[in-house]
Amino acid sequence: MFSLVAFIPRAILQGMPLLFGCTGETISEKVGSLNLGIPGVMYVGAICGVIGSFLYEQSCGGDVVPIVAILIPFLACLAGALLMGLLFAFLTVTLRANQNVVGLAMTTFGVGFGNFFGGSLMKLTGSAVPSIALSATSKCFRKALPFADDCGAFGKIFLSYGFMTYLAVAIAVVTALVLTKTRIGLQLRAIGENPATADAAGIDVTKYKYFAICIGCMIAGLGGLFYVMDYANGVWSNDAFGDRGWLAIALVIFTLWKPNIAIFGSILFGGLYILNLFIPGASMATKELYKMLPYLVTIIVLVITSMRRKREHQPPEALGLPYFREDR
Amino acid sequence: MKENKVRKEPLIKLSRREDIDRKHSWTYRALAIVAALILDAIIIMVTVHMNPLDIYETMFMGAFGTSRKVWITLKDLSLLLLISIALTPAYKMKFWNLGGEGQVLMGAWATAFCMLYLGDKLPHGVLLLVMFLAAIVVGAIWAMIPAVFKAKWGTNETLFTLMMNYVAIQLIAYFVIKWEVPKGSGHVGIINQSTQAGWLPYIGTNSYALIVILVAIVTVGMYVYLKYSKHGYEISVVGESQRTATYVGISVDKVIIRTLFLSGAICGFAGWLMVSGSGHTITTSIAGGMGFTGIMVSWLAQFNVIVMILCSLLIVFMGHGASEIATSFGLNEAFGDILTGIIIFFIIGVEFFIHYKVHTRKSGKEVA
Repeated sequence: MFSLVAFIPRAILQGMPLLFGCTGETISEKVGSLNLGIPGVMYVGAICGVIGSFLYEQSCGGDVVPIVAILIPFLACLAGALLMGLLFAFLTVTLRANQNVVGLAMTTFGVGFGNFFGGSLMKLTGSAVPSIALSATSKCFRKALPFADDCGAFGKIFLSYGFMTYLAVAIAVVTALVLTKTRIGLQLRAIGENPATADAAGIDVTKYKYFAICIGCMIAGLGGLFYVMDYANGVWSNDAFGDRGWLAIALVIFTLWKPNIAIFGSILFGGLYILNLFIPGASMATKELYKMLPYLVTIIVLVITSMRRKREHQPPEALGLPYFREDR
Repeated sequence: MKENKVRKEPLIKLSRREDIDRKHSWTYRALAIVAALILDAIIIMVTVHMNPLDIYETMFMGAFGTSRKVWITLKDLSLLLLISIALTPAYKMKFWNLGGEGQVLMGAWATAFCMLYLGDKLPHGVLLLVMFLAAIVVGAIWAMIPAVFKAKWGTNETLFTLMMNYVAIQLIAYFVIKWEVPKGSGHVGIINQSTQAGWLPYIGTNSYALIVILVAIVTVGMYVYLKYSKHGYEISVVGESQRTATYVGISVDKVIIRTLFLSGAICGFAGWLMVSGSGHTITTSIAGGMGFTGIMVSWLAQFNVIVMILCSLLIVFMGHGASEIATSFGLNEAFGDILTGIIIFFIIGVEFFIHYKVHTRKSGKEVA
């Protein structure tokens, strides 16, 4: 029997990494930077968190202090993702390199970085453990509200998650508000639509672009961290994160660059990703076809928005274009 | 603000270089690669504590150590080059075809399909021809879908072609499970191992020589097509300005669709070579990310075939070399991706110093 109470929490867990990635990518795309490096950034964020947490767990022998066990991977993840963001910003904004090429190179680099350290960390640190399983840290990340179990179905659907799930939703809501309701948001969007006009209006294009790209990457990096620490119980296995980074980029298009819609979009995508588990009689092969659905609906959304040409549903006008003030 | 305040010149001023001479730009590129190789060597030293010269010797042996390794390197070089060549006409038209991976996969899928279902029904030569045609048609269709939408409704092709990759990957994943041998293994295994039906013929005992020759022919063909044919001229006009193209009577829609047909067909051809010529099987990772690496190669080379060959060689060399180091130290294969990534970042970065002049405030002199 299809059980909604069992299905929704799993869809949400699947969706949250996408929501982090999507919110981050949206911020970046709003200033006109199509960051195709997001899948790589999410890998780097995840592995940096893993390295930090691994070293901490090794040093204290599994006897972790919860707040430290959360802070170390959290900060390591943010730092790693920030460095990737700075790299993208430096190459595309300061050096005006092509965004697609830099992004793809960053994804190759980031995925390689994650898999290399994920596969070689034990060897490099000379530790005796057979695989990376950060169960103590993961427990701290997954700690749900104590009274969640007493609230029945409501508790299971809304209260049974670790703090990062709520963080993801909060970040998405705040981002949506900042982008649509504040001065900073207006200026960011102005740059994404037409950087020359924004520049003429006195907006510091370079500063804002750096800011948006770096913040976007840091948020996306948290998606990787969520995946390892919360979804995967602290177990790192190479390539397990899979194509979720690309799904996050698809989600940006699907939600028409609106992080508040992305909250529901991410859960929908997460649901499509695991739908096969809940459909009786679905074979291994058809499971792969279900995984195609998020990409297909994204394509359909992309096509329909381009046919209808409604202004508020279009990608940012200057998306993917470099800006050089002296060019005319 | 006070009127009489002395305004300083900005600390750094940039201007676009009007004339970029060859020698100058090549020196810069070479310097960037050397710098990247030094940084790579430092990273390897830190991770595996090896002397940097030994590192590059080991890498060299990994890529060219035995004649078999040389041929594998040549094969990978050819395939990467072929995909870069396939993507080039689209870029020249300023159409971002990020779907190379998917187009290659679909070509590979069509090839495997023919091998499995027609392997025992057709004579070898006919089978090869049918596979070839199926691969290029399917690859071309995969590329033409986004092209048609771009031409008719201006649908963003960067995002569309990107999404098509994952549709293709999931489609292949579906068929891999359908075709898996034995059931439940998740692998298709070597197709037609006993009959070798649909396998690209060896030249002597060499299984890869024919791939290298075929890629060389396509490379020359594409060079001539872009440089001397009417189509090639139309592509560059559309790339420069669609308005100009419309004004001189070129049908922009037609050029976009036709060029993407060609681009996808060559990607499909690459898929055919991968299945029929080297792998003899199908997996979701058979294109090995070359559809993406090819984008970087094609763009970095700026339509220059020689640069494309050198770039592909560098990337393939680093990949093979790094995996040699990784294996001998029990590290992960992904080492190569990190090293290659660094080189690509440097090459991307140096383009700036080739195209722009940097002036500082003090002297007004040129720094770079």
